Amino acid sequence: MSTQETTLPAPAAGDPARRRPPTIQSLRDRWNNLTRFQQWAALIPVLVLIYALPILNPPLLTTEPGTNFPIALFNAARFALIAVGLNVVVGQAGLLDLGYVGFFGVGAYVAALLTSKDSVILHHVPFLAVLPIAMAVTMVTGVVLGTPTLRLRGDYLAIVTLAFGEMVRLLADNLPPLRGNSGFQAIGHPPGTQADGNPIFSQTNGTPWYWLMVTLVVVILVLVGNLERSRVGRAWVAIREDEDVAEMMGVATFRYKLWAFAIGAAIGGLSGALYAGQIGFVNNQKFDVVTSVLFLAAVVLGGSGNKVGVLVGAFVISYIPDRFVQIAEYKYLIFGLALIILMIFRPQGLLGARQRLLARGREAYQRLIGRPEQVSSESALAAEPAKGAGA
Amino acid sequence: VIHQLTTLLAEGGDWIKFDVATFSQQFWDNTIEGLAQGSIYALVALGYTLVYGVLKLINFAHSEVFIVGAYGVYFTFFDLGFRPGPTPELAIGELIANLLLACVVAMVISGLTAVALERVAYRPLRRKGAPRLVFLITAIGASFVIQQLLFIWRGGNPEPAIRLLRPKEVFTIFGASVTNLQILIVVASLLLLLVADTFINRTRLGRGIRAVAQDPDTATLMGVNKERVIMLTFLVGGALAGAAALFYMMKIPAGAQYQGGFLLGIKAFTAAVLGGIGNLRGALLGGLILGLVENYGQSLFGGQWRDIVAFVLLVVVLMFRPTGILGESLGKARV
Repeated sequence: MSTQETTLPAPAAGDPARRRPPTIQSLRDRWNNLTRFQQWAALIPVLVLIYALPILNPPLLTTEPGTNFPIALFNAARFALIAVGLNVVVGQAGLLDLGYVGFFGVGAYVAALLTSKDSVILHHVPFLAVLPIAMAVTMVTGVVLGTPTLRLRGDYLAIVTLAFGEMVRLLADNLPPLRGNSGFQAIGHPPGTQADGNPIFSQTNGTPWYWLMVTLVVVILVLVGNLERSRVGRAWVAIREDEDVAEMMGVATFRYKLWAFAIGAAIGGLSGALYAGQIGFVNNQKFDVVTSVLFLAAVVLGGSGNKVGVLVGAFVISYIPDRFVQIAEYKYLIFGLALIILMIFRPQGLLGARQRLLARGREAYQRLIGRPEQVSSESALAAEPAKGAGA
Repeated sequence: VIHQLTTLLAEGGDWIKFDVATFSQQFWDNTIEGLAQGSIYALVALGYTLVYGVLKLINFAHSEVFIVGAYGVYFTFFDLGFRPGPTPELAIGELIANLLLACVVAMVISGLTAVALERVAYRPLRRKGAPRLVFLITAIGASFVIQQLLFIWRGGNPEPAIRLLRPKEVFTIFGASVTNLQILIVVASLLLLLVADTFINRTRLGRGIRAVAQDPDTATLMGVNKERVIMLTFLVGGALAGAAALFYMMKIPAGAQYQGGFLLGIKAFTAAVLGGIGNLRGALLGGLILGLVENYGQSLFGGQWRDIVAFVLLVVVLMFRPTGILGESLGKARV
């Protein structure tokens, strides 16, 4: 699993030029050796560039005339948020969730029920207030689903979450207040009007939605990043690497798994609510298992457990069909082939997970035996054996 | 808000019914239909269970192996000269010969698809010792690929229905009619499952499968050819899915559609998990229970709740028996 020889492009775009050809590993070490302040300083230009994308509309990158570029960007950012949320569940805690679209759907329906004029709930809530409500509701859903099922082992959990995703879709079909195929029109949007009286957050103008989404992605990334570096994050990695050992070491595995599940669910709900707001319409057609699989594909493609990786994966999954509309018909065929080929040649995804826990442990050990501090985690990466091989 | 919701749920009471009268009236009809449906589930579930038992892998693409078999059935019928439209009157011998031929073709096609899948998507990963999540992702990828190839080849509409056997009441039990089709499906499925069970438990090759399921490394040391055993497992599982495809096509003649395997695949996997995945008899039990409960639930709550009933059953069973009703056993020591 060593990544030393790899020639993939660097994940951290803010790095200065180097004499030797940069590798992911050396860039990573360099990045990790920067102070927090320096990291932010390097990231801010990148962020500015990302924010400016819909205005710049760069010629090669643009998806027009096939797809409206700001809306394509919004969808990419939406996938990014979903991937970050699913990454907490799959990448960090190692829980295989095949029904993530269920949480996404719950979030979308919460937004629809609370803001649409078609809703049975006549007391409407401002859209920005809907976002925390949607997160709270999906979090509760996550806890309700997780409490009985998280005691199950990996594959059983996979099928139960798959069933959950289908259940959400079927409930949307069958419960009259959820309006089945006819759906909800005119779902709310954030406040504010332009000079001509049209709302800023309209369905045709993706740019403000994109900015809102990117902002939320950044906020969520920071929050999740802090969690990862905390006791909770270490517990997740321990559970992912070996649940039995983690349990023996005194990690309250069930509680932390439930945390991961609930946090992932809340992020899924948030993206669902935003999606409903941008599209302005929700019905039962958008929450099938295939969508769930696409979400999972985004995480695994980029490299589950690696935040930059899942962002890249999400961008690829969402952007490619928008950019190359002529192949959109073969989207799933190409995804399928790409998944097989990628997994065969690079099972850890485009950018693999960092074995931070192992790296930290090695670091501490080296400090203990009095050798100079060395942040490199190369050997730790190489020392990690592939777990649970098929047969 | 909550008040509004509760009043609404109380008012609009017709979205779900709790119809005990219909349920008890149709009980035996549902039992028989459930058994027929359940035996199809069981046949497909066996494919999941075998592969899981040997490789600890959810073969997500097994539903596509099944639907490829359904296409095989359709084209066999078509090439035999049958066309969509009224059911032809066939002599019993001719009927059996045609069905057997379709069954063999479907079993071969599905079995070969499963083996090809193993070759292309799983074997390279096994060589690398990839983590289990990776296998699942390639399985999903393979599932997409097969579905889309079928879509590109035949389009999105299901193939038109070709019937060879018109369901006809043979006898009644407690007032419920039992058709020749239902008898055929249940008896043939049980026979196939019996053969599969005997094959795994009594023959030399079956012992190889069990040995690899228990401990692949030790089995290799004892002279078992692991790769061949794995191929055999996929072949047997695929062939059973092909047989299931024939019964499915007889029950739902317009069933050959590129996405048609998906829901049945989930259901069959649910059945496998329900009975205890990796356990052959568990697959049978799980399939039958799932078929029965679905049909009972349908008459009790209304047709639109059929799938939900199945999934709720799964969650409830796993809450109380986390490894299924019979538990995992293919891998457990058994002499």
